[in-house]
Amino acid sequence: MVDIRIPIGLMFSIFGVLITLFGLFTVDSGIYQKSLGINVNIFMGLIMLAFGLAMLWFARRKRKPTNNNPI
Amino acid sequence: MKVELGWIDYLIMIIYFIFVLGIGWFLRKYMKNANAFLEAGRSIPAWVAGLAFVSANLGALEVMGMCGSGAKYGMMTTHFYLIGAIPAMIFLALFMMPFYYGSKARSVPEFLKLRYDEKTRGLNAILFAIMTVLASGISMYALAILMEKVLNWNFNISLWISALIVLTYTYLGGLSSAIYNEVIQFFIIVIGLLPLGFLSLRDVGGWSGLKTHIAAITPQHFAPDTYLTTWKYTGSAASNPMGVEWYGVFFGLGLVLAFGYWCTNFLIVQRAFAAESKTAARKVPLIGGLPKMFLPFLIIVPGVIALILMSDPSKSFSLPVDASSGKPIYDYTIIMLLKHYLPTGVLGLGITALLASFMSGMAGNVSAFNTVWTYDIYQSYIRKRTGDDASDDRHYLTVGRLATVVGVLLSIASAYIASKFGNIMDFLQTIFSMINAPLFAVIFLGMFWKRTTGHAAFTGLLTGFIVALLHHGLTIPQGATTLFKGGWLGHIHTYPVEMAQNFWAAIIAFTVATVVTVTLSFATRQLKPVEELKGLVYSLTPHDIEENVPWYKRPSGLAVIVGVIFIIMTIIFW
Repeated sequence: MVDIRIPIGLMFSIFGVLITLFGLFTVDSGIYQKSLGINVNIFMGLIMLAFGLAMLWFARRKRKPTNNNPI
Repeated sequence: MKVELGWIDYLIMIIYFIFVLGIGWFLRKYMKNANAFLEAGRSIPAWVAGLAFVSANLGALEVMGMCGSGAKYGMMTTHFYLIGAIPAMIFLALFMMPFYYGSKARSVPEFLKLRYDEKTRGLNAILFAIMTVLASGISMYALAILMEKVLNWNFNISLWISALIVLTYTYLGGLSSAIYNEVIQFFIIVIGLLPLGFLSLRDVGGWSGLKTHIAAITPQHFAPDTYLTTWKYTGSAASNPMGVEWYGVFFGLGLVLAFGYWCTNFLIVQRAFAAESKTAARKVPLIGGLPKMFLPFLIIVPGVIALILMSDPSKSFSLPVDASSGKPIYDYTIIMLLKHYLPTGVLGLGITALLASFMSGMAGNVSAFNTVWTYDIYQSYIRKRTGDDASDDRHYLTVGRLATVVGVLLSIASAYIASKFGNIMDFLQTIFSMINAPLFAVIFLGMFWKRTTGHAAFTGLLTGFIVALLHHGLTIPQGATTLFKGGWLGHIHTYPVEMAQNFWAAIIAFTVATVVTVTLSFATRQLKPVEELKGLVYSLTPHDIEENVPWYKRPSGLAVIVGVIFIIMTIIFW
């Protein structure tokens, strides 16, 4: 019906890019005092990007054999 | 205590809304008949249904309540994620799912009809429908009030918007849409709370730092490590913050409440009913059980750390205080922690995680309600099948859709009722466990003892519930200030804490239901012929031979893996 990994992968990839970029632009802004001086935006952004891409990759890998079916 | 959100936080929320609505929109074209809409066409892969299984339970009240319990009772709260979940999930997967799924019942009440009779189904269906609507209304209220107090959002607007989003995607895509979105919501909850678990633990100096800090603030009458243990100090009720003995936890939570909840609550087992095959359905609770055991790291551990933060003035962390009782409102723990640790950006993610948990819980309630309403009430009592399948199907699809709308509207109404009587919340949760415990007794006896009769089951269900109500009316937890907590009939016993009162209510309800059902089964005649009980009762059903796949892909192999992790976790947190 629908491969849920595709929307999950897309959504987290978008989140990942957004949050990572936001983290890069706010490096010196002082908002990371709360988070013990760690730039959690870059940190979580990259985790989400990796997760999102992994989901998309799994979805793609699963579909390939049926698409390239020689028969 | 207000939190300022930045544009990026709102952007994250909006993207999330677009995706959940998009999934409903995408699935709408598959909703051609009642079966597709209400049962997801029994086509969901095991891992998807498994994550939905755990996600439907992970509603807003669960996340807020369990984090708060972490601050109140410490690591003992993990009982709800280990002994209070895993054995029941394994039992459901291995022993009950073959009968549930194999019976082709479309709901738990319908299973009661197949195994027993119409009146047993009717009683359960009506109680379930009422309770489901009330429960989703209450979680809606809890969320909206939280958003009002902390984010300064208008109560009415957040109530209506969140309800309308859930309504839209369940109306468009039915159970499939609820389930697929629950998977998204599961990942959002985990990823959104991840930085909280990490930062809070790091802040107190890791696990060993947590130990030293918590020992320093543990009250004198407890051992210094009480807040970080689960079973160790359950020898007597006075030596642990939950106020329960080990047998109360083991029997009350582990056997009665957990089996009542995980094995018979249709909101939960509906996810497994939607699986694509019997083997997949049996794997669903086990796949859900795996992440369940690790959720305490994200939900309970931060709650325990909140306890340390509250005692250290330099951290400037406090919970809002209830004006009348002067006690901290523990339900706010999670959002106050999010505010304390997360900078804008990931903060939006954390708030989205709370919204997602609310939506997964509510969509679970709505999709269970519309199924029970359409099949067990409307189709059984109001308009029976006419025999013309095509027109029947269209008719029941329309009814299912309308039930979705009406269910959401009734939830909104009950949210407003809850906002008038704040305490009704605890009371209704208590009632839910009073319904589930006797229900488990009746379904269990029905599946494993062919002698159990319909009259006996009906009476057992009813007396179990009434006795639990009487118990609630005659006992109070220490320091209870309102009649919602008990004692509205009189006063014969005082429990040290509310938790203990709930555990014992469940034990009593279950015992009474069992005794009544067994006794009456001997006294009444079995009206169902043996032929009709095939596939519903253990001794009359041929056993499935497990498919020829590697052991770890079979339900029994998966159950061993889950069981071993459960034992290891129990020992680690002993």
